[in-house]
Amino acid sequence: MATVRVQQAPFDLGAEAALLAAGRTDIGGMASFVGLCRADDGLAALTLEHYPGMTERAIQAIAAQAEARWPLTGCTVIHRVGRLPPGEQIVLVLTASSHRAAALESCAFLIDWLKTRAPFWKREEFADGRERWVEAKAEDDAAASRWDAPAPLRDDH
Amino acid sequence: MNILYFAWVRQKIGRAGEEVSPPPEVTTVAALVDWLAAQSPGHADAFANRRTIRCAVNQEFATPDQVVKPGDEIAFFPPVTGG
Repeated sequence: MATVRVQQAPFDLGAEAALLAAGRTDIGGMASFVGLCRADDGLAALTLEHYPGMTERAIQAIAAQAEARWPLTGCTVIHRVGRLPPGEQIVLVLTASSHRAAALESCAFLIDWLKTRAPFWKREEFADGRERWVEAKAEDDAAASRWDAPAPLRDDH
Repeated sequence: MNILYFAWVRQKIGRAGEEVSPPPEVTTVAALVDWLAAQSPGHADAFANRRTIRCAVNQEFATPDQVVKPGDEIAFFPPVTGG
């Protein structure tokens, strides 16, 4: 079962990776994704809101799908909430497996699905005082839906 | 029913949630939205464009035809934007 946390506090990628590997000798590779708050168009901060209870359940369900699809030896997802200025970390996805392909692919799968299936909402706050809710992007749905098809066979293209 | 609102749905309605007892003919998410939208100008504004509203029943994503009943926890929110 994956480790899932929704928290205001920052996270430490190195510490989380060490935890996932502690005492194990069967891990061949770990993959990580760290999402950061980017300073677009005079952004002063993002404020992230979630649905306590459902958000954790939804992430756990997505992680369970990843664990069913790839042979993972570990999986950690941490998503921050609250007010985050540019440069702050927002989300961590960390996967471990005996081989790199499973770690890399499941990490991409998790962040794509988190963007479309986990109940979080971002509000942007600008230097001039304007505020607006971020709208969902069609490209995020497209990124997630590429996982609907069976995993393609590798080819040389 | 325990209703929860998030993000701009909460802001437009002006509260994070409410306990409601709609009439017995309100048995689906779609019927509940119609009933809620008539409760105040803020509700009407929040539910004005149904396509921009998502719903969860008992913390699972739900479609408009999903059945709702007394005791359910029903949440309304915009499409999600995490990650």
